[in-house]
Amino acid sequence: MKTTITVNGEPRTLDLDPRTTLLDTLREHLKLTGSKKGCDHGQCGACTVLVNGVRINSCLSLAVMHDGDQVTTIEGIGTVEKLHPLQQAFLTEDAFQCGYCTPGQICSALGMLKEVAENWPSQETANLTGKITLTDDELRERMSGNICRCSAYPQIVAAIKSVAGELA
Amino acid sequence: MRAFTYERAADAQAAVKAAAETPNAKFIAGGTNLLDLMKLEIEHPAHLIDVARLPLAAIEETPEGGLRIGAMATNSHVAADARVRARYPVLTQAIVAGGSGQLRNKATTGGNLLQRTRCAYFYDTTKPCNKRAPGSGCGALEGLNRNSAIFGASHACIATHPSDMAVALVALDATVETLSPSGAARSFPLMELHRLPGETPDIETHLVPGELITAVVLPPAPEGGQMYRKVRDRASYAAGLASVAVAGGRIALGAVAHKPWRAADAEAALASGASADEAIGRELEGAGENGRNGFKINLVRRLVPAALAEAREQGRGA
Repeated sequence: MKTTITVNGEPRTLDLDPRTTLLDTLREHLKLTGSKKGCDHGQCGACTVLVNGVRINSCLSLAVMHDGDQVTTIEGIGTVEKLHPLQQAFLTEDAFQCGYCTPGQICSALGMLKEVAENWPSQETANLTGKITLTDDELRERMSGNICRCSAYPQIVAAIKSVAGELA
Repeated sequence: MRAFTYERAADAQAAVKAAAETPNAKFIAGGTNLLDLMKLEIEHPAHLIDVARLPLAAIEETPEGGLRIGAMATNSHVAADARVRARYPVLTQAIVAGGSGQLRNKATTGGNLLQRTRCAYFYDTTKPCNKRAPGSGCGALEGLNRNSAIFGASHACIATHPSDMAVALVALDATVETLSPSGAARSFPLMELHRLPGETPDIETHLVPGELITAVVLPPAPEGGQMYRKVRDRASYAAGLASVAVAGGRIALGAVAHKPWRAADAEAALASGASADEAIGRELEGAGENGRNGFKINLVRRLVPAALAEAREQGRGA
């Protein structure tokens, strides 16, 4: 099935079996292997990408449903020569060991910071009608869809916090 | 995943027409539950009708002073809506208690209502399950049934409905709007959407095959406070063991039955002057256990009075 998805700013037209998930399209068809397949069931968050600026699990979405959409993967966020500030923060804060969850963590955090900027509530938000402050509890709750089996969570929180002000 | 054909519906009428004409077709919107189940070959539709881009995502005021939430409105958008937060805080609280940020960004209002149980025997295709394979038996009855139903279960099925959102919607006395396969619109109380398992746990709702949910309508917010409380094994991103939504004088329970459970006996007791403890005790007279899920009875006994007290507090502050 003919599908055109703009990935990291570049329109890509593919002929896909309708079963192909967005994640497999990125990894197997477009060779963008930054997005990772952890559980393939939406439980780990390693496959998180931004679709039209919103974070989703790319493993639980069919590519054919994204015809015309704008997808941003970790490859579109920064390069080895020019790291995104959040990528640099993950290095500075030592926010990973094996690194497998990191592309998903970074895409998720960028989507999450936008949600905070738009004042979306979470279950840690006590006052639903007030302005949200990104406390550590808020940050941890909002990132709970991204698992890190090396358990670098304190450093991940530190890395995201260190750039939250400038990115929000 | 088994092979299927795919189409994107041009409009809602075309979607129900396609569903009526195509054997073993299913609607797909967010896909977060359906695709998971298709990968596990628990669901195997021959045809998917993509309804995600239908113009049914708006959240609008109704002439009665309520809100109409389009079926394609994502969980995130509903939870973040300023009117929902101000007038129906229990709905925002329930939605953000479910799933993860990524899932709520895809999951829709209609799809959330129609998500399937998380019962481990439903998911394990090597085990009997009357819901997945009618007539095969219920593995949970004598098995690992810690998260099974304590209300309204049958010998054929003790699974629970996993939605948090639906529990709040039942407490808010919401109405569902649908489009029938014939193209006719109808509406009915959300409380009547889901069925108890009885002898046919594979049939989970009163929708006819190919009927499309188009909206959920909230009546004006009830007098009094609102509160959603959920108990689970992890602090975040886990299905509930028990939950409760309080909206004024109405109480609904989650993760304890095959459907969002309206605690009508407790409501009636409260209305006639009973204490919160007495009221939930009245409701729990109808509860039953299967060995490992008996703790839920005590959980509900403590959870509901706590939520009622918090709702009263919230009502005073509002």
